[in-house]
Amino acid sequence: MDIYLPIAEISENVFVLLLLGGGVGFLSGLFGVGGGFLTTPLLIFIGIPPAVAVATGANQTLAASVSGTIAHWRRGNVDFKMGGILVAGGLVGSVFGVWLFALLRKLGQLELAISVTYVLLLGSLGPLMIVESWRAWRRQGRAGLGLRKLHQHNWLHGLPLKMRFPKSRLYVSALLPFGLGCVVGILSAIMGVGGGFIMVPAMIYLIGMPTLVVIGTSLFQIIFVTANVTFLQATQNQTVDVLLALILLAGAVIGAEFGTRFSSRLRGEQLRALLGAIILAVGVKILVDLFLPPLDVYSLAFAP
Amino acid sequence: MTAPMTRALRHMLIGVAALLALAAHGAPARAQALVADLSDHFIAITTGFIGTDVLLFGAIEGDGDVIVVLRGPNGRELVRRKSRYAGVWLNDKEMPFTGVPTFYSVSSNRPLNEILSPGARMRQEIGLDTLRFAPEKPADGADAALVESFRQALIRNKQRADLYVEDPGKVVFLGARLFRTRVYFPSTLPTGSYTADVYLVRSGAVVSAQSTPLIVSKVGFGAEVYDFAYDWPMAYGALAVILALLAGWAAALVFRRT
Repeated sequence: MDIYLPIAEISENVFVLLLLGGGVGFLSGLFGVGGGFLTTPLLIFIGIPPAVAVATGANQTLAASVSGTIAHWRRGNVDFKMGGILVAGGLVGSVFGVWLFALLRKLGQLELAISVTYVLLLGSLGPLMIVESWRAWRRQGRAGLGLRKLHQHNWLHGLPLKMRFPKSRLYVSALLPFGLGCVVGILSAIMGVGGGFIMVPAMIYLIGMPTLVVIGTSLFQIIFVTANVTFLQATQNQTVDVLLALILLAGAVIGAEFGTRFSSRLRGEQLRALLGAIILAVGVKILVDLFLPPLDVYSLAFAP
Repeated sequence: MTAPMTRALRHMLIGVAALLALAAHGAPARAQALVADLSDHFIAITTGFIGTDVLLFGAIEGDGDVIVVLRGPNGRELVRRKSRYAGVWLNDKEMPFTGVPTFYSVSSNRPLNEILSPGARMRQEIGLDTLRFAPEKPADGADAALVESFRQALIRNKQRADLYVEDPGKVVFLGARLFRTRVYFPSTLPTGSYTADVYLVRSGAVVSAQSTPLIVSKVGFGAEVYDFAYDWPMAYGALAVILALLAGWAAALVFRRT
């Protein structure tokens, strides 16, 4: 059954879209990630215009992040002070990101920019996850690792504008979460992702936040940033396809349910290695596409 | 499976009925060398739109060849060219064209060049090679060969998207007088006012022509979403955010954890 997507202006098979949303939802349930970094490239692979895929990806990530945020909010796993600064950075970053998006689109380099950012991020994240889970697997069986410091101190902790974050038990520069929020905001606008897969490791390793509040706080930030990206993309580029986002979400909700149930059957390291392999595969596919000669070196651009 | 068949049957019946009506009014039909009509004068792009066929049928008086041109509204197109830099293919040159038909389909009962001379075709813009669109900035300093390669690329890309079609042999005669052709419109069809021009050609000259309008418009839910997104972008953006929040919240309620 085909459905005409009003903003993407093409017909797609509903079941393909539901399956795509369901597949990504399954992975996000399995691994506890947002999955936006898989939704956008997959939408582009099936022929959705990249500009629409990115903006709609952000809209779908917003919807998919709501339930997680509510759950963490209830359990009190959100550092609102840290989250507020991350949001402030995220808003600045996403405003700049959407502006950059429109500029790149005008210059005809948007597809290239999307591909390159995906190759860089997926290409570095995938191998990192595989290596990390392999190490964890090898460590198994060996005795205690000894005492680990709460967090490492480096030059980042010498930045000015220090603030106290009682919930995270930290005294760090506000520039750190602000800058991180900013970077994630830009990526959210250009890649259509929530950015949890960058924010979570950065919060743990760069800022030194306790793992318990990291997920809730990052989801809190993702809600505001993806909402801002959705709004700005809709007003400046008219690229948000609400119908597409809702179909993807319907698939994702069901997929996530199965993913969560299935996750108890797999070990943590295996899960992470598997996700790393999937991420790497998508990154390699995008990389190869950059080098493959196009069907026709000439193309018709979106011309307003 | 049966839907297209009943649709085709309906088209045939309309055609036959129209032709019978023509035959009944023998005298006025004789006065006109060419009569033609479309099975639909309105194409509705609905949420279920996957492209459609429109039947064009008619009758001619005496012998001759028939050419059918379906043309969409003119618009602007931007053509981009990729080049290879360090192995990576990226856009490095672009050329905007104006006066480009958004849709153009020409069908005939024989190859166009056997029916009409290039000069005659050029005058009426019959055939993809006769389309008169030009670069937006003529004094670009670009040489004619470069412009021509971009022009050809535009036509090639449109053909690949089924938006430009040249199909000799698509006009079929049923007997000596009746003819019909089927024009395919893909799901990426641009909206606007189209015209169907039918030409009757006898010994290298157009002896009769008829023009029929065809409207392509988005209707229903999809159209409302599209218009809303472009006319009220602020409200659409806010609604997209609220809808996502509500949908996410509803999803969380449906699969509530214990």
